[in-house]
Amino acid sequence: MANRRDFIKIAGLGTASIALANPALKALNNTFFSPADPLSAGLYRTPMVCEICFWKCAGWTYKKEDGTIWKLEGNADDPNCNGRLCPRGTGGVGTYLDPDRLKTPLIRTGERGNQTFREATWDEALDYIAEKMKGIAAESGPESIALFSHRTGSAYFNDMLKAFGSSTYAAPSYAQCKGPREEAFYLTFGETIGSPERTDIRDTKCLVLIGSHIGENMHNGQVQEMSDAIDKGASIITVDPRFSTAAGKSKFWLPIKPATDMALLLAWINVLITEGWYDKEYVEKYTFGFDQLKAHVRSFTPEWAYGITTIKPDVIRDTAREMFNASPAVIIHPGRHTTWYGDDTQRLRTVAILNALLGSWGRRGGFYNPDRISLPQMPGPEFPKPARTWRDYYPDKYVLAGEGVSNVLVDASIPDGEREPFVKAWFVDATNLIETLPDKRRTLEAIDKLELIVAVDIMPMEITGYADVVLPEATYLERYDDIRVSPGRVPTMALRMPAFEPQYNSKPGWWIARELGLKLGLKEYYPWENIEELLEWQLKQVDSSLDEMKRIGVKVLPRSYDDIYFAPGEDIEFGTATGKIELYSTQLAAEGFDPMPKYTPHPQPPEGYYRLIYGRAPMHTFSRTSNNQHLRNLMDENNVWVNPAIAKRWGIENGMEVWLRNQDGVVSNFPIKVRVTERIRWDSVYMVHGFGHGNKLLTRCFGKGASDTQLITNVKIDPVMGGTGMRENFVTFLFEPEEVIS
Amino acid sequence: MRYAMAVDTAKCVGCSDCVVACQTENDVPHGFARDWVVEVNFGTYPELKTEIRSERCNHCDNAPCVRCCPTGASKIVEGGIVLVEHDKCIGCGACITSCPYDARFSHPDGYADKCTFCEHRVKHGDDPACVAVCPTKCLYFGDIDDPGSDVSGVIRTREYKTLIPEAGTQPQIYFLT
Ligand code: SF4
Repeated sequence: MANRRDFIKIAGLGTASIALANPALKALNNTFFSPADPLSAGLYRTPMVCEICFWKCAGWTYKKEDGTIWKLEGNADDPNCNGRLCPRGTGGVGTYLDPDRLKTPLIRTGERGNQTFREATWDEALDYIAEKMKGIAAESGPESIALFSHRTGSAYFNDMLKAFGSSTYAAPSYAQCKGPREEAFYLTFGETIGSPERTDIRDTKCLVLIGSHIGENMHNGQVQEMSDAIDKGASIITVDPRFSTAAGKSKFWLPIKPATDMALLLAWINVLITEGWYDKEYVEKYTFGFDQLKAHVRSFTPEWAYGITTIKPDVIRDTAREMFNASPAVIIHPGRHTTWYGDDTQRLRTVAILNALLGSWGRRGGFYNPDRISLPQMPGPEFPKPARTWRDYYPDKYVLAGEGVSNVLVDASIPDGEREPFVKAWFVDATNLIETLPDKRRTLEAIDKLELIVAVDIMPMEITGYADVVLPEATYLERYDDIRVSPGRVPTMALRMPAFEPQYNSKPGWWIARELGLKLGLKEYYPWENIEELLEWQLKQVDSSLDEMKRIGVKVLPRSYDDIYFAPGEDIEFGTATGKIELYSTQLAAEGFDPMPKYTPHPQPPEGYYRLIYGRAPMHTFSRTSNNQHLRNLMDENNVWVNPAIAKRWGIENGMEVWLRNQDGVVSNFPIKVRVTERIRWDSVYMVHGFGHGNKLLTRCFGKGASDTQLITNVKIDPVMGGTGMRENFVTFLFEPEEVIS
Repeated sequence: MRYAMAVDTAKCVGCSDCVVACQTENDVPHGFARDWVVEVNFGTYPELKTEIRSERCNHCDNAPCVRCCPTGASKIVEGGIVLVEHDKCIGCGACITSCPYDARFSHPDGYADKCTFCEHRVKHGDDPACVAVCPTKCLYFGDIDDPGSDVSGVIRTREYKTLIPEAGTQPQIYFLT
């Protein structure tokens, strides 16, 4: 069998032809008029794809009889949500209705950051941007215009900039989030994890969460499947210094000393190998470097790890046995936000190796082989090859990074000695960079140097306050977008379409990108006038149509290859240099990195300071939803969790407001209420990310709670792929605000 | 027929989707809620236990709110659902005080409001909005008199408790432990 990664690509095209040959697809058999269906009550619904987070659940927008919004519901045929949106998705109504939305294009008139803008027409705003872009391109090359984007799925702005001659692009979801895990699994298995994750949780017998708090992170399909697994009696092992929601559902909770996860993971490998608790046939047939690994982990005993992690040796052995007994239906979960301490790719390599030893990759209840359809693109000219990329500017940095690294683009925006910065302008699309990137001071330093900043968003965020031009986008309930083609157990297509006209003077992303493209003289790259024309053409190629998709919302397609799991004894060529699962990474060795993971001690908090741990609440996405009234009803500020023993030492009571100061003297802009709780270890504090907004135009959430990002000034860069480790920041309590440094 | 609900606390993650789905489904005004989520923690670090419960009106068999209603606006309809007839309600608040679960609130339009078990949906055979949306499928709804219903099944096979049983209200929300 061919390299599986390539196989999937080919399979994408294959699916199209299968679809042509087999029109009798599951989606055609839908009945969508249930007796209670509001359609029959004279109400109607439009297909939508949720954009409150990256899970991209498909569903329906329902209207009331007067044409105003009623509710959002999941589409029962969508495997991402199975008819059940998460609280954020259900509360997406509040995003559409938010009175603080950006309403019309704005052009800056005062200093960057002080929010003085004048209203502009679209023509004016786009002319302004086009002129600036042309000037910058003439002087420094089009590639000096960088795009930061975290929209879900559509590539309109990427394509517009590529056509203009720039591939300088980064999504913070890589170097601030899942990058280390993607690279670690790619180095080990020759394939990444992807999104939605290919974890076969619903059929697992043992789910190990180390640095993942499913249930608080509301990644819909995974939350649903964890619940299914609980129903079926799966055991959960949770490693977390905090008694997370998942820890409360676990057979084993390992309250680890923060920053020592690597020692535990290595000790687990030691136990599996020493006790012979691994899949010998699988390891023999599929892996490379077992003997080196065996020698490498010999000294990493549970007794060694106990001194580091505070987890007792018998607990380490018991949990290792639990995993082995469940194997291959076991998942050592790779997590998602994995940028912690700077050795994150290596830590995720230990996770990958554990899964390999237990034979869970490619097995039921472990990791399945996903499938996805790729829709053909309308014929048009090739994008020009950019004259330079950030890799030419930094030839020796992060050679193993598989995607653009946002913090590198920030670095490349700041003069470095005599060297001209590579990046001269930022196009910021649907990402609040100020709250997304750690080390805000550095972000602001870069912003200060730029010749142009354009922000496309639906809300006034911190970043829009710094933009030269702000472009108000229509929300996901008011626009078409690319067809969603998520990978999964089965390939699917889902349609996002407008249920309402764009409110105010907002416009859909595709329209904004195309209009700007036209002003930049890129007409030949737009062989379509209207997005419906493009979608109709694409859907035709796979034997569907816009009409069909409007009716069903989601189309489930047959798999293009049938091996969702490896067949027993199947010969497989993995996409690594050796064609095997690399326990010993030849590629890391070739680049001068440790071919097998090592434990490096990380600093612990100084006296009177506590490690700042941050995470997610199920009712909010990043800093994106804090102003949404429907979701504010559920949570309108974050709290800082403090262990009762520590609270007592400081004389802190539950509900008291404190300011936080970090190791570098940075004080939180706003006070935050303390939640005194046993659920957090004494050496750490915890808060949910995404609060403490500093943009006054967010009238509901301005100054509510505190921002973790502001306190993350110590950044540990992962030398393998450039990720920004953010968990080595320590905070202490102040009872009065001090002079604010940042 | 007797409608009842079971809440599996082993699966509930407290995401509050039930709360926001109820709000949009039933146009519950901001600042009020017909259902809510409770988190209870026991023990000291690291010997801990958390129970998370999605709560709402218990649609009691022996409902004090119905008994004390001076106008008959609070009533029990088919399937044992406790409802408030808005037109008949004079907003006196007696029912709000009488409910041991604090399930009722005074709607800005002047009547007492609370969970209806989504009577408008269940009469068509659909689940209440909170049940239909729950990502963990921790809410079971159905006819407790029908031994084949999901809710009967879990109540038969799992350990459960009800809230404040000593109030004698005979609540119909069962919490699986
Ligand atoms: S997980 Fe929730 S927020 Fe994310 S796409 Fe699905 S419904 Fe929307």
